[in-house]
Amino acid sequence: METVEKARHVATKADQKAYSEQTLWMLAIRDNRDKRAFGLLFDHFAPRLKGFVIRAGAPAGQAEDIVQDVMLSVWRKAHLYDPERAQVSSWIYQVARNRQIDIIRKEGRPMPEALKAEAEETEPDAGQVLALEQETDVLRDALDRLNPDQRDMIEKAYLGELTHSDIAEATGLPLGTIKSRIRLGLERLRHELKDLR
Amino acid sequence: MSEQISHHIPDAIMAAYVAGNLPRPFALVVASHVSMCDECRANLLAHQAAGGAVLEGMAEEKLSGGMRDRVMGALDDAIDVEPEPASRQGIYPGPVVDALSGKPPKWKKLGGGVRQCILDMGNEGSARLLYIPAGRPVPEHSHGGLELTMVLQGGFSDSTGHFDVGDVEVATDDLEHVPMADEGEDCICLAATDAPLRFSAFVPRILQPFFAI
Ligand SMILES: [Zn+2]
Repeated sequence: METVEKARHVATKADQKAYSEQTLWMLAIRDNRDKRAFGLLFDHFAPRLKGFVIRAGAPAGQAEDIVQDVMLSVWRKAHLYDPERAQVSSWIYQVARNRQIDIIRKEGRPMPEALKAEAEETEPDAGQVLALEQETDVLRDALDRLNPDQRDMIEKAYLGELTHSDIAEATGLPLGTIKSRIRLGLERLRHELKDLR
Repeated sequence: MSEQISHHIPDAIMAAYVAGNLPRPFALVVASHVSMCDECRANLLAHQAAGGAVLEGMAEEKLSGGMRDRVMGALDDAIDVEPEPASRQGIYPGPVVDALSGKPPKWKKLGGGVRQCILDMGNEGSARLLYIPAGRPVPEHSHGGLELTMVLQGGFSDSTGHFDVGDVEVATDDLEHVPMADEGEDCICLAATDAPLRFSAFVPRILQPFFAI
């Protein structure tokens, strides 16, 4: 048993080299408060975030204030980033949506309980991190292959432009298709979540 | 605990929650259910990944000069630490504990042994805790649009099925349902509607403003 654990740990170290740039930046920010890594993350995400918040309805004059706020939240909440559960873009997406709404409504929104293991965990399971990265890439390709109307609907849904009933009623919204791409990796994750309780 | 959950959060509602476009009372139910249900937590992560793919695919907008320096210069600023989401207390999941500000619910009698405690009331709808004695019906009520009801203790049944601890019933305005609390343990639910919930059986309509229901 002990040797198995040890072997797994060694494999983990080796596999980390295969992590995507984004994951490595974010881990360096989380674990070492690495400002250089944050600069690289900023250069990748800030211009996209500006496009994102403008599409989500922010006035052009306010867009950069929101981007600044989101990027600073990313830096300050980095301890909550967990590469086993969310790819960097997913995590930043959620931080961005939460911040944009907090700014508009001036109140926080209900958040699920944190998993207890999140605080204690030190070494991520490299296999799970890599699997999630790959599934996320597949998901991105799937999004790219949608026809323009479908893609527009998906963007609207995740930019917060559609209500739950709009989403439920939208015909041809390939929510299921999109999501099933990432379902497999998350099934694995679900079993692991169970073990964490 | 999550083994027995059989009624989950539908995709459209989860996508709207992730996108931050779900009315607050419903968001409270989703956050509470996710706190207890690993399947829906995994589903929430899947929707976040879809949102991340949308973000990654966005056209870049040029940043004004000096913005990068401003952000880099603010990294060491002192900030107020945000409180972490509350954890579970007894039968109440963390988000409900937060909505109660960490205190036990203050129940108000509705008649027929039924009690309620309002958690959130605003122009987006309302969220409340309902206490229904074992074996009693939930007061007959109508609601404008969507109603989400999550069981926190005991259970109830109606024409659509049986709901246990953790289960969420999704009812739309065309569902006429008379939920009946299980025998045995008294039933406590978290209920959210996007219109003021109106009970017709126990409280005359004219009194409803006084009960804020
Ligand atoms: Zn569920």
